[in-house]
Amino acid sequence: MKTDIKKGTADLPFIQEDTPEYYRTFHPGNWRKEIDIRNFIQLNYTPYEDGTSFLSGASDTTKLLWQQVLNLMAEEQKRGVLDADTEVVSTITSHKPGYIDKELERVVGLQADKPLKRSLMPFGGVRMAQMALESNGFEFSEKTRKAFNTIRKTHNDGVFDAYTEDILKARSSGIITGLPDAYARGRIIGDYRRVALYGIDRLVEDKKDQLDSLNLHSLTEETIRLREEINEQIRSLGELRSMASDYGFDISRPASNATEAVQWLYFGYLAAVKEQNGAAMSFGRVSTFLDVYIRRDLEEGTLTETEAQELIDHLVIKLRMVRFMRPPEYNELFSGDPTWVTEVIGGMGLDGRTLVSKTSFRFLQTLHNLGPAPEPNLTVLWSENLPQAFKDFCVETSIKTSSLQYENDDLMRDYWGDDYGISCCVSAMRIGKQMQFFGARANLTKAMLYAINGGKDEITGEQVAPAFMPVLSDRLTYDELMPKFDNMMEWLATIYMNALNAIHYMHDKYYYERVEMALHDRDVYRTMACGIAGLSVVADSLSASKFADVKIIRDERGLAVDFETTGEFPLFGNDDDRVDEIAQDLVKRFMAKLEKQTVYRDAVPTQSILTITSNVVYGKKTGSTPDGRKIGEPFGPGANPMHGRDQNGAVASMRSIAKLPYKYALDGISYTFSIVPNALGRTEKDQVENLSNLLDGYFAEGGHHVNVNVFNRETLVDAMDHPEKYPQLTVRVSGYAVNFNKLTREQQEDVVTRTFHESC
Amino acid sequence: MKNPTGYIHSIESAGTLEGPGIRRVLFLSGCPLRCLYCHNPDTQKLKYGRFTDAFSELREIAKNRDMLIKMKGGVTLSGGEPLMQPQLVKAIFDGCKRMGLHTALDTSGFLNENADNELLALTDLVLLDIKSFDATEYKKLTGNRLQPTLDFAKRLSEMNKPVWLRYVLVPGYTDNMSAIGELALFAQSLGNVERVEVLPFHKMGEYKWKELGLTYRLYDTPEPDEETVEEARYLFKKAGLNTY
Repeated sequence: MKTDIKKGTADLPFIQEDTPEYYRTFHPGNWRKEIDIRNFIQLNYTPYEDGTSFLSGASDTTKLLWQQVLNLMAEEQKRGVLDADTEVVSTITSHKPGYIDKELERVVGLQADKPLKRSLMPFGGVRMAQMALESNGFEFSEKTRKAFNTIRKTHNDGVFDAYTEDILKARSSGIITGLPDAYARGRIIGDYRRVALYGIDRLVEDKKDQLDSLNLHSLTEETIRLREEINEQIRSLGELRSMASDYGFDISRPASNATEAVQWLYFGYLAAVKEQNGAAMSFGRVSTFLDVYIRRDLEEGTLTETEAQELIDHLVIKLRMVRFMRPPEYNELFSGDPTWVTEVIGGMGLDGRTLVSKTSFRFLQTLHNLGPAPEPNLTVLWSENLPQAFKDFCVETSIKTSSLQYENDDLMRDYWGDDYGISCCVSAMRIGKQMQFFGARANLTKAMLYAINGGKDEITGEQVAPAFMPVLSDRLTYDELMPKFDNMMEWLATIYMNALNAIHYMHDKYYYERVEMALHDRDVYRTMACGIAGLSVVADSLSASKFADVKIIRDERGLAVDFETTGEFPLFGNDDDRVDEIAQDLVKRFMAKLEKQTVYRDAVPTQSILTITSNVVYGKKTGSTPDGRKIGEPFGPGANPMHGRDQNGAVASMRSIAKLPYKYALDGISYTFSIVPNALGRTEKDQVENLSNLLDGYFAEGGHHVNVNVFNRETLVDAMDHPEKYPQLTVRVSGYAVNFNKLTREQQEDVVTRTFHESC
Repeated sequence: MKNPTGYIHSIESAGTLEGPGIRRVLFLSGCPLRCLYCHNPDTQKLKYGRFTDAFSELREIAKNRDMLIKMKGGVTLSGGEPLMQPQLVKAIFDGCKRMGLHTALDTSGFLNENADNELLALTDLVLLDIKSFDATEYKKLTGNRLQPTLDFAKRLSEMNKPVWLRYVLVPGYTDNMSAIGELALFAQSLGNVERVEVLPFHKMGEYKWKELGLTYRLYDTPEPDEETVEEARYLFKKAGLNTY
């Protein structure tokens, strides 16, 4: 049987006879009977263990096409949003086909009728849509605005109907912020591969079977909801078919070659971004799936390597062009127009074969052919057992482009199998089988200050949390603080979960992800993805209270507004167990409190240690802390040590972070690592080897995620003043990559002041 | 196993330039030389360092052991001049070898006599900073004699101990090409030099001299141009040495 698996059915005419043309040569299996993408991949893919010599550069067509897009992007950078729909609400079929240059495009489809035109998506919240338009110099159509205000309630309206006074207070004080209560929650990954492998008709048939399976004696609320959702899913699939048909493609049947597979799959994704403006609209895990088609075409002689690369390059060009209309407040949280079109590459299969294929290389090659870019958010699933040639190409690409992030496949495979993707930055989910309710994050630092101040906000003085007993002495000690802090976390977890329950109830009700969920199984595993910000500030502060002398400075209101800390205390990021254990305890402790909550739709609570760029905005809203951080100063991003406090080199920082227990932070632990090229080694070869070794070491130690930036600080400083010299300068920040020029000055400064590892 | 005490200036947990792979580098305090270009003058005196003992350092190394092996690295003792504290070196290397870790000694070789055979047996690689091949220049640059370093090099050659040779190119001091040519031939004749690194002089340590209230005498010395560096590298390459 083994040889069959390798060869498929190419030399088995008796089987081929019975096979539809589009499935020719594919090895049959359960995937023919049920929607089962993993089974198809496992039976049909070819692992690739060699090097880069087969790869093609950018074709002339690609260069011409990309230049046009670059020109548009430069224009956008200069002028701001190029065009926006002010009246027509975006749906899968709302706009007629749009092209960049029809003659050159091998993959077609735009969100609106023109490239980089931003669609109108008010279902998350009509005020947000209006603000987004107006702050970018556009006027919201009176007709559309009225229609929403009078006849169409939005997600945002619903959430605020449900919010309690306490939640509102917590929200405006900034102890929980960034909640998806006025925009789409995102973070759901449709299994876009299903469109290519099965075609719409088969998918609809499957959904109809699901409806039949819900033909129950008594219709409970749960079943009613699911039946309505599935019918919506079926409708959206019809719209998807019709959108493709407008572009001249019949996707009711499966794709019959690589070009169609890429196109079908992209149409699926396009439908999602036409319907939803979620913060993260991730792509999944497509490269090795597509490799099966590309390989078949190459073998049949209908595709050349140059054309194969061209296909992937053009797909990636499209993914780089996804845009949403956002107001400035949104950019403070998630700056640089991110869309988190996260695509994972690599990883190992449960059977021990690598999931790296030639097309994994082709995806990485886009960064060389088209230059560095933040999107798609290419994420390498790293395993000790990945082929060395692939490891080398990844780190080589990192050193050249700083556009990759890495996540620990050996760690995640145990939890999520071998067909999971990453949503947004660090959230693993089984594709087509699992989704998450995005929960932004709670400000752990503020919670600590509330514990000191008896529930009063350290800046406004307002009683936000219940009036617990504050710390009364003039010295802050760990033993006095910790029980109070524990109580405060208990309160925070409760109010936080209440807010999230309201948000996701309303999102399901008013802004359900029809087409993304159409590309899922009937019963999905749901997580409630909570998060914390400020972990290293809190760990260092608790360390100060334990090992140093912390004098509390109170103002006339009696609020602790500053601290005078004398004496040395261990700092997170130096592989010092005395403080690292405090950090580990915080993670476990807050997770335990989240687990106690009642969760909407029986979702399983998880948490992340991830801030995106919100470490700046959170810091701004948070008072001075016992570790010496002053009011308004940024937190460390994600799980990073505070800037400049990791004094013993990269391995020591990595070890501190790797000790944070993934089991209690299943939504991901983000670490951003910046290093100057020379500190990686004397020669290019040394640099590649050392970076690869460093990743092996970090992940073997249990680290979950790392962003890798390789450049000199001077480059960034120069780019701040001369952005035109660095149009594609890409920087990785907590969990995603961003074009450096699109950051606010404040955020640029934050990136520049971060620790850059410079070996002696 | 003995537990000698000593002084350590600082630790880099992720050294990439001090031997193969990613290494834990311990910078030991104290140095008998007073190199004009020294970029770590804060390691010259023993007492500038933190007082410690071999076991404490080995416990930290032990925590990092698995990761160091995964990173194909090991432990490098640098300085200062680690051979100022040979007992500490010996004990740390002994512990490292017991844990299966690769050991590298970053030294000027001037304290040849402090490195007994037992210590060298525990050393997998020597990073030998030769500084100059001209005794007069050497004296001018370091205040000391060249001969012990050459003796050390020959001893290592006889033991066939792997060596990475390091040569700092300082304009006006160590850029005499004929001296470099002779050094290259000497290095080649040793038969155990796996790698030569020509390092252009830089002034990044200048501020440390100021902080210590010392006079930095290379204030007016420029960093070498790319061409001179390449020329020096060429001489080593010509002698058949693996040169960077």
